[in-house]
Amino acid sequence: MYSTNYVIGFILILTSTVAIALTGLREGTKEQAALNEEIFNKRAILAAVNSHIPGGRSVKDLSDSEVIDLFTNNIDQITLNMKGEPITEVMADKIDMGKERKKPESERLLPLFVYENQGEKFYILSVRGNGLWDEIWGNVALEGDLNTVTGVSFDHKGETPGLGAEIKDNPAFGKQFEGKKIYEGGQYKSIDVVKGGVKNQNHEVDGISGATITGDGVAEMLFRGIKYYEPYLATLSPTN
Amino acid sequence: MAETTLETAKTKEPLMPFGKKEKKLLTDPLSDNNPITVQVLGICSALAVTSLVYPSVVMSIAVIFVTAFSSLFTSILRNYIPKQVRMIVQLVIIATLVTIVELVLKYFNYPIYKQLSVYIGLIITNCIVMGRLEAFAMANTPWKSFLDGIGNGLGYGVILVAVGVVREVFGKGSLFAGSPIELKIIGPNSDYFINTATNEWFSWYANNNLMVLPAAAMFIIGIFIWIQRSVNPKLVDIS
Repeated sequence: MYSTNYVIGFILILTSTVAIALTGLREGTKEQAALNEEIFNKRAILAAVNSHIPGGRSVKDLSDSEVIDLFTNNIDQITLNMKGEPITEVMADKIDMGKERKKPESERLLPLFVYENQGEKFYILSVRGNGLWDEIWGNVALEGDLNTVTGVSFDHKGETPGLGAEIKDNPAFGKQFEGKKIYEGGQYKSIDVVKGGVKNQNHEVDGISGATITGDGVAEMLFRGIKYYEPYLATLSPTN
Repeated sequence: MAETTLETAKTKEPLMPFGKKEKKLLTDPLSDNNPITVQVLGICSALAVTSLVYPSVVMSIAVIFVTAFSSLFTSILRNYIPKQVRMIVQLVIIATLVTIVELVLKYFNYPIYKQLSVYIGLIITNCIVMGRLEAFAMANTPWKSFLDGIGNGLGYGVILVAVGVVREVFGKGSLFAGSPIELKIIGPNSDYFINTATNEWFSWYANNNLMVLPAAAMFIIGIFIWIQRSVNPKLVDIS
């Protein structure tokens, strides 16, 4: 048996060594890790306009520095409050949608990215909601008419791989959203994820079999998330 | 007891860093003493991560790293670790290594880190790691413990990847999905090697949705255990 003092001393030495080593490693990798995260998020935003990347390329094929260049050169960042007024205190790409979601609805901030390619403007909206196990989120790009969807990109925290996780892993799911409309005859309608075949070509996409709840989550997230932007979008096109 | 093993180790072992015993430490966990199919440890993560091959491979590498180095460090410290708190000390070592894996992944491959973040944390609770520390590293020399750690990590990884291959091929019709070398094998459009929409021999084929659920891994591991035991009767009376 070891004495109590020995035990305490041993644990103290062990834990402080470990703490110092880990702190050192974390500090050393922090900057690169933050940059990686930033690039990861920017890729996700750009993935929503994947079909309109200069040179007909895909976001996947862009190098890290190209992603940053494209983001700084082609994207205008606008931060909105829930009344749809642009504010300047926070940059849109610094907004953490996860944290915003914990605030009361009226105090949230919304990031809007206006992407420009060859004179065409695309409005990229960020949405966030709940899947089956945990949060899901995504970016929706609208065309200049503020009605037609150019593309979407989704991600999730803990959906089942092969089922709910398909919203991200299966490009065919996201592809269905291209060309869908969010308004019908001036009425806000959003896009629904349905089971057993699309009937309304403009407003429905096919769900993933085995992932009904994740699909419902996507539909709810889109309906609520896009609506948040309505006050601002209305100022852009008074006809809607 | 610990001192005597240390002494014999000092006089004999360093001469043969890859002798018969050491090789056995590496190969035994691959078959006769497999942590998953024989010891039935680490089942939880084997069910959770194996729906695709690529995460299984990354997970296996991470577990090999953690088992190998936690065994090494525990073995180095084994004569100084107070017995009353040995479990906590082992946990500190494991948790440190898991944190290192996390930080390194974040640094080098952020997308994979994102994909595996939940499971990486769960390595801490992987019974194989703790089991090997208690059963082997606390009583053996650092080099042997290191090899034992690698061997058990490999034994875990082999099963993980094998289950992953079965589940991904039959559940999704692809292999290595999510990695740069994705293979599309069978599916309903022209991206796939066998296109079920046009190929008349396979028009009946559909992916098996059970395979993507964790329960499928239970069946597959059960079948592996069955096959292994019928091939190797020595395992049958083990309990």
